[in-house]
Amino acid sequence: MDLASTVQWARAQFALTAMYHWIFVPLTLGLSFLVAFFESIYLSTGNPEWKRLTKFWMTLFGVNFAIGVATGIIMEFEFGTNWSNYSWMVGDIFGAPLAVEGIFAFFLEATFFAVMFFGWERVGKGFHLFSTWMVAVGSNLSALWILIANGWMQFPTGMAFNPDLARFEMRDIWAVILSPVALDKFMHATSSSFVVGSLFVVGVSALFLLQGRHLTMAKRSMAVAAVFGLISSLFVGINGDESAYSVAQRQPMKLAAMEGLYDGAAPAPLVLGGIINPMKNPGDAGSDFLAVVKAPGLLSLLAERKLGAFVPGINDLAFGNPARQIVGAKERIASGRIAVRELASYKEAQARGDVQAAAQSLAGFKTHESDLGYGYLKNPLDAVPPVATTFYSFHLMVVLGTLFPLLFLLVLYHLYQGDIERCPWLNRASFLFLFLGYIASQAGWVLAEVGRQPWAIQNLLPVGVAATPIAAGNVKLTFFIFLTLFTALLIAEIGIMARQIKIGPED
Amino acid sequence: MIGNLDQKTLQDIWWLIASLVGSLFLFLTFVQGGQTLLFTVARNELDKSLIVNSIGRKWELTFTTLVLFGGALFAAFPLFYATSFGGAYWVWMLILFTFIGQAVSFEYRSKPGNLLGAKTYEGFMFINGSLGLLLIGAAVGTFFTGSSFVLNPYHSVAWQTPFHGLEAATNPFNLGLGLFLVFLARTLGALYLVNNLDHPPLTGRCRRAAWNNFLCSLPFLLGVLAGLLTMRGFAVDPATGQVSMEVGKYLHNLLAMPLVAMLLLAGLSGVIWGVISVRFLNQDGGIWFAGLGTVLVGLALFSLAGYHHTAFYPSVSDLQSSLTIHNASSSHYTLTAMTYVALAVPLVVAYIWYVWRQMDARKLSPAEMDGEYAKELY
Ligand code: HDD
Ligand code: HEM
Ligand code: HEM
Repeated sequence: MDLASTVQWARAQFALTAMYHWIFVPLTLGLSFLVAFFESIYLSTGNPEWKRLTKFWMTLFGVNFAIGVATGIIMEFEFGTNWSNYSWMVGDIFGAPLAVEGIFAFFLEATFFAVMFFGWERVGKGFHLFSTWMVAVGSNLSALWILIANGWMQFPTGMAFNPDLARFEMRDIWAVILSPVALDKFMHATSSSFVVGSLFVVGVSALFLLQGRHLTMAKRSMAVAAVFGLISSLFVGINGDESAYSVAQRQPMKLAAMEGLYDGAAPAPLVLGGIINPMKNPGDAGSDFLAVVKAPGLLSLLAERKLGAFVPGINDLAFGNPARQIVGAKERIASGRIAVRELASYKEAQARGDVQAAAQSLAGFKTHESDLGYGYLKNPLDAVPPVATTFYSFHLMVVLGTLFPLLFLLVLYHLYQGDIERCPWLNRASFLFLFLGYIASQAGWVLAEVGRQPWAIQNLLPVGVAATPIAAGNVKLTFFIFLTLFTALLIAEIGIMARQIKIGPED
Repeated sequence: MIGNLDQKTLQDIWWLIASLVGSLFLFLTFVQGGQTLLFTVARNELDKSLIVNSIGRKWELTFTTLVLFGGALFAAFPLFYATSFGGAYWVWMLILFTFIGQAVSFEYRSKPGNLLGAKTYEGFMFINGSLGLLLIGAAVGTFFTGSSFVLNPYHSVAWQTPFHGLEAATNPFNLGLGLFLVFLARTLGALYLVNNLDHPPLTGRCRRAAWNNFLCSLPFLLGVLAGLLTMRGFAVDPATGQVSMEVGKYLHNLLAMPLVAMLLLAGLSGVIWGVISVRFLNQDGGIWFAGLGTVLVGLALFSLAGYHHTAFYPSVSDLQSSLTIHNASSSHYTLTAMTYVALAVPLVVAYIWYVWRQMDARKLSPAEMDGEYAKELY
């Protein structure tokens, strides 16, 4: 069985399904709150115009939500189908947040979703509004739990390895839940999704203004969304900086790839933009960039919070840098192989009933345990993520991230001036930014996940060991089935959305 | 208090919780049943709209219960998650495909610009309600009939057939269980519609459909029960953990656990009473009896598979690779933590119950299909 190919297809499939899921999730997270704002305004003003407006955005929300659910169920079961060794080896820890997500979040969404859409005449106004808020809270709670799970993969804590079962077990659930990485991720992923939701509302409203339809409704929606978007986008920037600092501290290899930094430096410059040299490999002499603009010393400040501090590069982390006391992947691989070997002899000794040999192997294993994951890598280059993908996605996200608050500011300014319908250039830009929001959001995940390679669980479990041992053809076939199915459903979703926008809010 | 429970008790509790969620899912498959009834009891577009909008308010609940069933098994019995999903790959994939189609169908079916047309989405609903449930039944059947896999010392699964789980659907017992679930879901769906709709021509047909589908399910039910009580089962030696075949294992389990026998009888009676009360006594609330009955039957089935020194996910290729609730579970720490989490479940059930009552206080009627909110309907 060609497991290497299985792993590639499993990765591709996870990337495909996650990226499809993530097309719909940010809009759900952001739009659910916006709809709740709109309905709250309706209730406090009693103006039926706001109800019409609420119902319009709610319809779009519903169309998006359904396909979010459809793509979500796959993600959950994919851990079992494509990553079965992963499921066994870390299920003791990873399964918990997934189950909690079901109990605390999905049922909130599912229960109150029905009230939100079909309860207008069946429950009181107050209870209806409450339900709309519960859908928003439930969606965002689901984000919390899944990001706790994902945060744990990026920065595993609160667990210990059980050599008898050859798996990781939870020791401290609070360490998992309150992990700083998980909380950073939660805040960044939700606030950036608020930005996506706001850009969506601003963009669609701008389209109405360009077409000269539903002017009042469009401007009202725009005003609420632009305020929400402005606050969220400022928060995203602050919190994004915090995320980058966290990556520097906990996943230095990811940071080095994000910045295309091959050789560590003190002080280290921040790359503002550049073209990666595609021929360059770690350890090679060639230059890192074909063209680049750098801000001297800034990376030291961002990554270490200290002027002139040393920031390790890919080469330091792959091959080691004794002068800076950095143990490289190369050394860790050697040590990890001992761990793998000792673990195997421990299990054999146990099967034979040889207590003494077992104890000896176990002791040997313990001294190298922290490098176990590295023992499965073949050479130091395996520890380096795809640099160009990580670099470009990071920079794309950040560039777009600095433009979003500016757009919201401009929109607010012209709304305030009362001349926004006479600014077609701004409305066209707003409509374009609707799509840029999605691109920034997708880029964020690409950076977070590709930059984590080759690890399924950072430093503990490489993707090659995590995958299900099944012939690649099976995974390949399901990959194409998903591709076809999701693409068809995506086209249908866009078709329905476009039609609903064309119909516009009705009386 | 929970912290002091021993590992075995926690494993028993978690098998019970997982069984309960699974059994609730079986009850909630009235949604899937309704999806296939669309093709038999609906005579016109109005009927269709009524059915789709009635079950359409519950489909998410069924879906989420399935997701939670998966999540609970993952957290409590990760080795099962890894072995079954990774090994019986294609059964689960096919089941998932049918649920993807279902999830968009309610929302998209009647919306303009939906690309594939209403008929296609109704087709997705039908496939989910028929093939989807059939395969779920077949997969659950393997809890009793076993699968072909071997686990290596690192618990990595190697499936022994090239069909990766699809072979389950060729075993008569599994197939019988699957078909039973399909007809049971249709029975429940019809009962649910009777209780939820105010449109006598349609509900009259649903009353008859409940009875007819119940009759159709009977041979499969009897076949499954007969098979269960006579078949060889996978017994675990409590002292050594060794798995061996035992003639009449599930019959022995039933006799050893009288409570389970009572659950089974009470559950079957509940279903029968639910159907009869709706068909012959013209009552509307039969779904509650049949629903509760389904949950009890489900609990009985899962109990027979997991409790009393039995392997719940047995391997026919290598008996010693079989999974039991003891060797497949999470650590003591995780089970304890998750048990604290589970204390919140009654709260969740309570608000679901409250909202359900609020929403269904008035039956869905044709008048609503073209009322003020008609545009928002499915
Ligand atoms: C930051 C947010 C976020 C992230 C990273 C993910 N999801 Fe998601 N998921 C949601 C936020 C969300 C949501 C907003 O709550 C959805 C989208 C639309 C919806 O209906 O709920 C959802 C739906 C959804 C559903 C359907 C729930 C239902 O029954 O209603 C499942 C099973 C999953 N997701 C599972 C996953 C898994 C296993 C993920 C990662 C590996 C994942 N999601 C990533
Ligand atoms: C939580 C468990 C997760 C696992 C086990 C996991 C695993 C993986 C793997 C193996 C890849 C392939 C990477 C590559 O080939 O370079 C990947 C990629 C990706 N994942 Fe995750 N991931 C997880 C969570 C998430 C979540 C929650 C999201 C967001 C929805 C996400 C978004 C992505 C994206 C966007 C990619 C694309 C990478 C590419 O283009 O190759 N992942 N993930
Ligand atoms: C403005 C400056 C921004 C900075 C400095 C920034 C920084 C970061 C960093 C460092 C990560 C990686 C975190 C990790 O791997 O653990 C990340 C991830 C991500 N970013 Fe940004 N970001 C910014 C703006 C945005 C914007 C505007 C969006 C979308 C609208 C966005 C969406 C995301 C998403 C979805 C992720 C993946 C989730 C996560 O890892 O938290 N970001 N961002």
